[in-house]
Amino acid sequence: MIGNLDQKTLQDIWWLIASLVGSLFLFLTFVQGGQTLLFTVARNELDKSLIVNSIGRKWELTFTTLVLFGGALFAAFPLFYATSFGGAYWVWMLILFTFIGQAVSFEYRSKPGNLLGAKTYEGFMFINGSLGLLLIGAAVGTFFTGSSFVLNPYHSVAWQTPFHGLEAATNPFNLGLGLFLVFLARTLGALYLVNNLDHPPLTGRCRRAAWNNFLCSLPFLLGVLAGLLTMRGFAVDPATGQVSMEVGKYLHNLLAMPLVAMLLLAGLSGVIWGVISVRFLNQDGGIWFAGLGTVLVGLALFSLAGYHHTAFYPSVSDLQSSLTIHNASSSHYTLTAMTYVALAVPLVVAYIWYVWRQMDARKLSPAEMDGEYAKELY
Amino acid sequence: MDLASTVQWARAQFALTAMYHWIFVPLTLGLSFLVAFFESIYLSTGNPEWKRLTKFWMTLFGVNFAIGVATGIIMEFEFGTNWSNYSWMVGDIFGAPLAVEGIFAFFLEATFFAVMFFGWERVGKGFHLFSTWMVAVGSNLSALWILIANGWMQFPTGMAFNPDLARFEMRDIWAVILSPVALDKFMHATSSSFVVGSLFVVGVSALFLLQGRHLTMAKRSMAVAAVFGLISSLFVGINGDESAYSVAQRQPMKLAAMEGLYDGAAPAPLVLGGIINPMKNPGDAGSDFLAVVKAPGLLSLLAERKLGAFVPGINDLAFGNPARQIVGAKERIASGRIAVRELASYKEAQARGDVQAAAQSLAGFKTHESDLGYGYLKNPLDAVPPVATTFYSFHLMVVLGTLFPLLFLLVLYHLYQGDIERCPWLNRASFLFLFLGYIASQAGWVLAEVGRQPWAIQNLLPVGVAATPIAAGNVKLTFFIFLTLFTALLIAEIGIMARQIKIGPED
Repeated sequence: MIGNLDQKTLQDIWWLIASLVGSLFLFLTFVQGGQTLLFTVARNELDKSLIVNSIGRKWELTFTTLVLFGGALFAAFPLFYATSFGGAYWVWMLILFTFIGQAVSFEYRSKPGNLLGAKTYEGFMFINGSLGLLLIGAAVGTFFTGSSFVLNPYHSVAWQTPFHGLEAATNPFNLGLGLFLVFLARTLGALYLVNNLDHPPLTGRCRRAAWNNFLCSLPFLLGVLAGLLTMRGFAVDPATGQVSMEVGKYLHNLLAMPLVAMLLLAGLSGVIWGVISVRFLNQDGGIWFAGLGTVLVGLALFSLAGYHHTAFYPSVSDLQSSLTIHNASSSHYTLTAMTYVALAVPLVVAYIWYVWRQMDARKLSPAEMDGEYAKELY
Repeated sequence: MDLASTVQWARAQFALTAMYHWIFVPLTLGLSFLVAFFESIYLSTGNPEWKRLTKFWMTLFGVNFAIGVATGIIMEFEFGTNWSNYSWMVGDIFGAPLAVEGIFAFFLEATFFAVMFFGWERVGKGFHLFSTWMVAVGSNLSALWILIANGWMQFPTGMAFNPDLARFEMRDIWAVILSPVALDKFMHATSSSFVVGSLFVVGVSALFLLQGRHLTMAKRSMAVAAVFGLISSLFVGINGDESAYSVAQRQPMKLAAMEGLYDGAAPAPLVLGGIINPMKNPGDAGSDFLAVVKAPGLLSLLAERKLGAFVPGINDLAFGNPARQIVGAKERIASGRIAVRELASYKEAQARGDVQAAAQSLAGFKTHESDLGYGYLKNPLDAVPPVATTFYSFHLMVVLGTLFPLLFLLVLYHLYQGDIERCPWLNRASFLFLFLGYIASQAGWVLAEVGRQPWAIQNLLPVGVAATPIAAGNVKLTFFIFLTLFTALLIAEIGIMARQIKIGPED
């Protein structure tokens, strides 16, 4: 059945799948947000332990989702993988360094003999939750603002700046998106902790932190939205594949794809409601509204970048080197095979959901920090 | 831009990250099953001593697992950052196993890892045990998919070259997944990792016995690990023979380097041990070894499954041997250069819309397509891997691999006799073997990867073409950042492990 789908349909499906994985990653950055909150909402070692052990049970899911995002892009859009990772070398390398530090920090932070001391591992967590996300945001921003590269006839990338991707962080739009992600992650982190912890003094501070960080994210969100709807975009002529600049391209995309506009509005509403319900209505489950909202906003952004005859990884140095979901994709055979594999994803989601429910059925409390199993804690 | 220097630093960086990653992975693969065995015994006996024991080894597993994850993420993204041409040219095939690994293996590990460590009081005993098993299965499934990818690099199959896009494309996913090389590699890598995990448990338990601490726990751990290790190490031997046979059939240059065999022979002797002549180059007349012990005719039997069979040497494969109908790298380079030229002509003709010239060039390309990769080599010596490194890593691996089952047998014998705590020599040896297990495992990967140089994809894509065209200074700098970061984290890991072992199982 899937084998009968044409190449364009498969490319659209895989952009959707990759976008969904990327958007789920954005939701799961509540772990990164929680890492940075260690330095603001935690007042003592007990608070720190509660935060680390709460988000520490989910850090691997975030990490794995990022790896899957990379794997899905590699399998479905290998030219993007080759061009972006090989060209924007430094931005990706710096992101990777921050994730290396994060991966060991939960496990090593409180263990005796850890060489660097707890503060250093907490520092690694902060860098990952701030600089790491900022750079990811900047890298995603280039989906709209473009990068400086040229592809030769063999599709080998030649980056046109000596900074190899770091220049992305100097573009106001990219920087704005990065900072929005940082504050969004902190908002999500605070909401998650409210829902996952049973320690009122700390969760009270988390409620306020969710609101404050949401307020901090607003200028960047509004700036990004304003930029997105007014900027020139990279349009693709469906007949010839030629790329050209189009004024208001992403606004046109939004108008041409009402579903995407609805996703964006619903997503933003979800985030706003999640924060308000926690801060002002004293509810605990705001993370689910804000999380779903984040996924929807992510899907809308990736849809604007990739669909409706748009170059999703544009080149400002040579427009015709720009990548679209059609010229960057894998073959029909590979996309078909991978689509069959993707049918297993609901099963994966189902067991993650089941285990999540089992593990979070009871909130984490200070009593557990010195119980029978305290020595296994982070 | 000095691309040659970039390639060398990219190779060094990949070797560095792979070797660091492989310090942690074998223990994860082996110890995950051992922890699952321990917990299964706890559940079936209800004896809390087994729970205590399970939690101790689980703590060490967790410390090791975290840094394995940290080093592992680099590997996936390095294909893009340092090997961008590779990512494009074979991403259509290579990307799929990596994505499947994420879907089927990583989420299994990530999801159940949290239950394994923090679920003792939150889920039932049965579900906790299930989670521990899922972590073990997930870890090993991860190995399966990455080794399918690696196996394809060593023996590319199930694909075709698309000249329009200048890339290789998948044509048969089952040929990729069920490649005999991939399955051999999976079985060899996982079973040898079970040996490393078993040696770790036996070694740490032996330390407890030497110190007179936690005697019951140590002997119980040893018994399970020694049985697992013995079975695994015997399997490694059998599978190792099959792997070497596979190398002989599909990567004859690697086999020749493994054996330091410059001139093919019939019958060919097996080198039991020796010192490679460091001054010798392919085509030179000097002797192959400074000192050597050989078993006459045995290589013919192992490599060809036939007494007296001819086994080609490095010179035969580099320069050709018409008498044995072997087309050497020299001839293939000439043919490959035509393929490269015709491909360029084809693309130029396409760009200017000259259909006739394009068809002519394409036909010319097709004639020489199978030698395309050789067209990028400068001379036949480029097709020869570093012989000494390949030879020594192979023999070191084999010698150590032969000793491991003997150690497990001795441990089991003295456990059965009930006098193991009175055998300090054996316990000291067991502790030493903990480290030898790592050395053997590393040697195996050095052999696998150095022995296939200069190919990123065997016979199709040399590393020089696969690398990202970026100034060498960038790669050099990230190399040293990785070196510093990983070394610091390794020291931290060893420090934590040592402290946890010193603390021992908690009451």
